[in-house]
Order: sequence, then structure tokens, then C-alpha cells
Amino acid sequence: MDFATLLQMLDATLRLATPLLLACLAGLFSERAGIFDIGLEGKMLAAAFLSAAIAAVTGNVWLGLLAGIGASMILSAVHGLASITFRGNQLISGVAINFLAAGLTVVIAQSWFAQGGRTPQLSGDARFNPIQLPFAEALQNVPVIGPIYYELISGHTILVYVALLMVPLTWWILFRTRFGLRLRAVGENPAAVDTAGVSVIWLRFAAVGICGVLCGIAGAYLATALQAGFVKDMSAGRGYIALAALIFAKWRPWYALYACLLFGFLQAMSLRSDVVANVVGFQVNGQFLDVLPYILTVVILAGFVGKAIPPRAGGAPYVKER
Amino acid sequence: MDVMPKWADVVLIPLISILLAAILSALVILAIGENPWAALKLMVNGALGSTYGWGYTLYYATNFIFTGLAVAIAFHARLFNIGGEGQALIGGLGVAVICLFIPWPHWTLALLGSAIGAALFGAAWAAIPAFLQAKRGSHIVITTIMFNFIAAAVLNYFLIGALKAPGMEPATAKFPQATHLPSFQDMFNFGETTFFRGAPANVTFFVAIAACLFLWILIWKTRLGYELRSFGHSESAAKYAGISPTKIIMVTMLISGGLAGMMAINNVQGEAERLVLNAVEGAGFIGIAVALMGRSHPFGVLLAALLFGFLYQGGAELALWTSIPRELIIVIQALVILFTGALDNMVRMPLERLFLAMRRAKT
Repeated sequence: MDFATLLQMLDATLRLATPLLLACLAGLFSERAGIFDIGLEGKMLAAAFLSAAIAAVTGNVWLGLLAGIGASMILSAVHGLASITFRGNQLISGVAINFLAAGLTVVIAQSWFAQGGRTPQLSGDARFNPIQLPFAEALQNVPVIGPIYYELISGHTILVYVALLMVPLTWWILFRTRFGLRLRAVGENPAAVDTAGVSVIWLRFAAVGICGVLCGIAGAYLATALQAGFVKDMSAGRGYIALAALIFAKWRPWYALYACLLFGFLQAMSLRSDVVANVVGFQVNGQFLDVLPYILTVVILAGFVGKAIPPRAGGAPYVKER
Repeated sequence: MDVMPKWADVVLIPLISILLAAILSALVILAIGENPWAALKLMVNGALGSTYGWGYTLYYATNFIFTGLAVAIAFHARLFNIGGEGQALIGGLGVAVICLFIPWPHWTLALLGSAIGAALFGAAWAAIPAFLQAKRGSHIVITTIMFNFIAAAVLNYFLIGALKAPGMEPATAKFPQATHLPSFQDMFNFGETTFFRGAPANVTFFVAIAACLFLWILIWKTRLGYELRSFGHSESAAKYAGISPTKIIMVTMLISGGLAGMMAINNVQGEAERLVLNAVEGAGFIGIAVALMGRSHPFGVLLAALLFGFLYQGGAELALWTSIPRELIIVIQALVILFTGALDNMVRMPLERLFLAMRRAKT
């Protein structure tokens, strides 16, 4: 494999890792606050649809992004209502949200656009277009560094950079602010937080809300940046891979970045199975690369590569003592 | 102390939840510019108006009974098996292997063989997540989700590889004639009038009914069922009483996976008579809705499966005759899961208050 192909692969890795990373950080906020969220997939899907639909109608991708975040937030609100207010089962609520999104997006898309459950193709301002970082053109001919900067670092959509910036931001919020400390505490021992006079309900709703915003961006990225429009089931299990990455990263932001890059790289490899075959010398089943994230997660969960310990109060609704 | 009488818990709450789900579904239909009442009439007509419709309704219901029972028994031990989809896929692999490679003399023996094969394959697929939960404490929900994806890849691998029949399609060869299960059309053929013509419902329906009965006996009439339920109510109390958590988790998940796998007798051997990609079509997930609605009771599961069979067949008719896409059924399914599962307390809390007030008024 030559240098140019490697850069192409890494470039694809970055593009494919972005939605995973955004969804993974979304899950991180929610689960650190003690709310399991297997509805990441559904929220991404709903956001992908509404962002593409609004972008197609208005021709403005930023309105699309807002609409996508809105769709994701509505589902987040449902999840919060079910799992915080009514102390229901968070896993069941997540399952319901995934199906709600899978069904509603197609039903509404068919009703609005009548194109078999997809939105019209987006182009121009209705999409997030690649942005050229400064000096990319000028540095292009500098050996090694030039192509890396031009091919790999520059020339992505704004959302890719947003996702990457979210990693230090998440770290800072969770580990350097009062809000973050409380948020983590509410996922470990909500009774203690309650005793300290901080509202458990409010904190958890805040975490679920942040989760909704990030999932919304992830979904909008899928439909308006990675691809040009919404198609049925376009999230294609990414929410679950993000969940896997979250476990892989043991609920820590920087490791989430590495895990998502790894899983993004696996996805890039399965797209370019010819390159993989060249490197390893034999034909690798693309299917195998596709499910490798899931297999890796099971191996991690089995505890063969260190133990993944979730936040202690995760999944349990908080009941004040009566 | 129970605040509510038992009938309210068993009948009233599910009814209100379904009503809420139905109202929201009707609103969705209204919002996309169709008439909910006409849609309902079309669904009833299409699913229950003819023996053909019934044949499809019962066929789907058979699938959902198996996957619903699979989720239900796991619920009794407070395990959430989302992996029914994957277990049913792998169960299909078992059925295909049994039907293709063993020369069966008669369908009764073939049914027995494929039932065992399907159950074994499904159980094996549930065994690994169960073991990881029991021994390593890894959350069974996450592992079973992962195993759904892995199952799809495994099936894909075999259907474009070892088991693929000649031709373009990723599918196995047609099963031998001897493994053909009698369909309702074969069974209810009285000379000039043929009932269930062309519908896929088959003898597996009775196997599903037997499975309901089996599960009822297992859960409420055996020592294992008692242990399983006490484990579900309180793990620490069960441990204190000398019940081994490892054993309960393993046995429950093996039975659960086996039941999900047995769905393959219906859809793979009974209907398609060969194994195709994505044979399960989401029935494993519908099992979650069915188990929640049926309150994890085998009889409730049977009723809920019939309802979802009706919805499924009715939804297909809707998609055929109106502009309402088939995905509407997924919306209804999601709403049922949401209201009967996650938002249970939303219905329960006001009702409990009501019953409490009524009791106070009486005394």
C-alpha cells in the first residue's frame, strides 16, 4: 500500500468515525449521569431524516441541523420522561425509541416526499460542504507534511472539526467543572448528590438533553455531510457501534476518540477490501470487518482486555426515600 | 400491600396502554392524510375477513409466540434478551442443516428433528451472552445486541459460502419434499371448499401453542420455575436461599434462546422451505413488544402475538391498498413497547391513586 492510499484510508476513517464519535460522546454524557441509552441509534436516525428534510425544503443546511437536533431532543425528552420522571425501564425505553424512529422516519418521508421513504438529493447550500483549511493549497507540495495536511486534516466538513473539538470539551466539562463533577456523581451515587441539595432529576435531564444535542449533530452529519439526503435505516447500526465504542473506552472521552477512530478505520477497511487484501496478502471477508467492532466489544466485555465497569447507578431510576 | 386488585394489573393497565398506543397511531395516520377508521376497517378485513387473511395472521402470530415466549421467560428471571432476532437467525441455520443433510422419511420426524436443531442452535447462540453475564458480569443487553449483528454476518457468510445453492441468490437449496410441513391448506381441505388457500400458516402453530403450555408449567409448576422467579424478584434473596445465580442465568437463557430459535421451524421450514437472508424480518424484536404486552404470561403472550399477527397482516394489506407504508407497523410496535414497557408507571400511578381513593371511600 502506498502513501497516497494510506492517506485516503485515514481520510475515510476520519469521516466515518465522526458520527460514531458524536454519538459516543452523547452516550457518555447520558450514561455518566446514570441513564443507559440504547436509543442512540434511533435519535441519530430521526435527526438524519429531519435535517435532510428541512435542508431539502429550505435549501439551508443550518436550518436542517437545527431541525435534526430538535428531532433528537424530542426523542431524548421521551426517554427522560420514561426513565427519569416515570422511573421506567431505561433499556425498554431505548428499544422503543429506536423502533419509533425507524418507523416514523419512513412513514413521514413517504408522506412528505413520496420517494419510497427517502428525501430528495441535497446539493449546494443544503449540504455541509468540505472546508479548506488555511495554507492547504500552498503547503500541498511540501513532502510528507503537505499531503497529510491537505488530504487528511484539511478538506472536511465543519462537523468533523466540531466532533473532534467535542472531545476536549467533554473532558473539560466532565472533569474540570462543578456541573461535570455533579453529573458524574449522579451516575455513581445519586443519593449522595441529593443529600448535598442538588437536584438529581434536573441533572439527569440535563445529561439526557446534551445527549440529544450530540445525537442530533451526529444524525445531521450522516444525512447532510457524509451523504446527500436521507435513506431508510441510514444509521445502519452506528448507534450500536457507538455504544460499543463507549464500553471500549470505559466511559472516558479521550479513549472514546481512540475507540471511534479504530471502529471508523474498520469501517473504512470494509469499504476498501481490495486494499486490505493487498496488504495482508489474502482476501478478507468484508462481512468480518463489518462485525469486528461487535466482536471486539464482546471480547472487551468478557474481561479479556481489562474490565469495563459502568457507572454504578446506571440503569437504576432514582427514588427519594419516603 | 397491593394497592390495586389483580384484574386491574393484568387487564386494565395493558388495555389502557394499548388504547394510548392506538390513539397515537391513529393520529399518525391522520397526520399523513389518511383516514384511521378506514385504515382499521381495511386491516380487519385483510387480516380477519377471510381464511386466507387468517392464514397469514396465524402464521405471523406463530413467529411472535416463539419470540415473545423467549423474551417473557427471560423477563421472569429479570434478564432482558434483546437477542431473539439473532437467535432466530441462527435457529434457521440449524433448521437448514437438519433439513438439507439428513434424509428424513416423513415430515413428523423431520419436524421433531428440526425443532431440536433449531432449539439447539438458538440456545447455543444465547449461551455465550448468558455465560458472560453469569461469570463475567457483562451486561446481557449489550452482548445480545452485539450477537444480533454477529448472527447476521454468520448467516451471510454461510449463505454466500458453504450453504449457497447454485444461482445468483444468497439462499440455500430448496429443502427436500419429505420435510414439507402440512400447511393449514393441506389440513383443512374438505373436497370442494379449501380453507386457508395459499396462506403460509402451518402445523407449527400447534407447536407454538404447546410451547405456551410448556412454559406455563415450567414457570409456575416446577422447582426450576420457582427458582427462576425468585431470582427475578430478588437476586440476593435467591442466593441466600441457596439458588445458584449462574445456573439460573444459564438455564433461563438457554431456554429463551431455544424458543427464539424454534421460530425458524415456522418461517424457514414451514413457509420458505429454504433459508434466505434476513429470514426473521424483525420478529425477534416484536417478541419484546409481545412479552411486555402479555405481561410475560404465556397466555398473555399468545393473545399479544395474535394481536401483532393481525397488525402485521393488516399492515401488509394497508401498504398494498393505500399509500400508508408498511413501516407504520413498526411505529405501532414502538408505541406498544413504549406504553406497556417504559411508560408503565404513567398509567399505573394515577390508577393506583384512584383505587386507593376508592378504597378509602369505602372504609
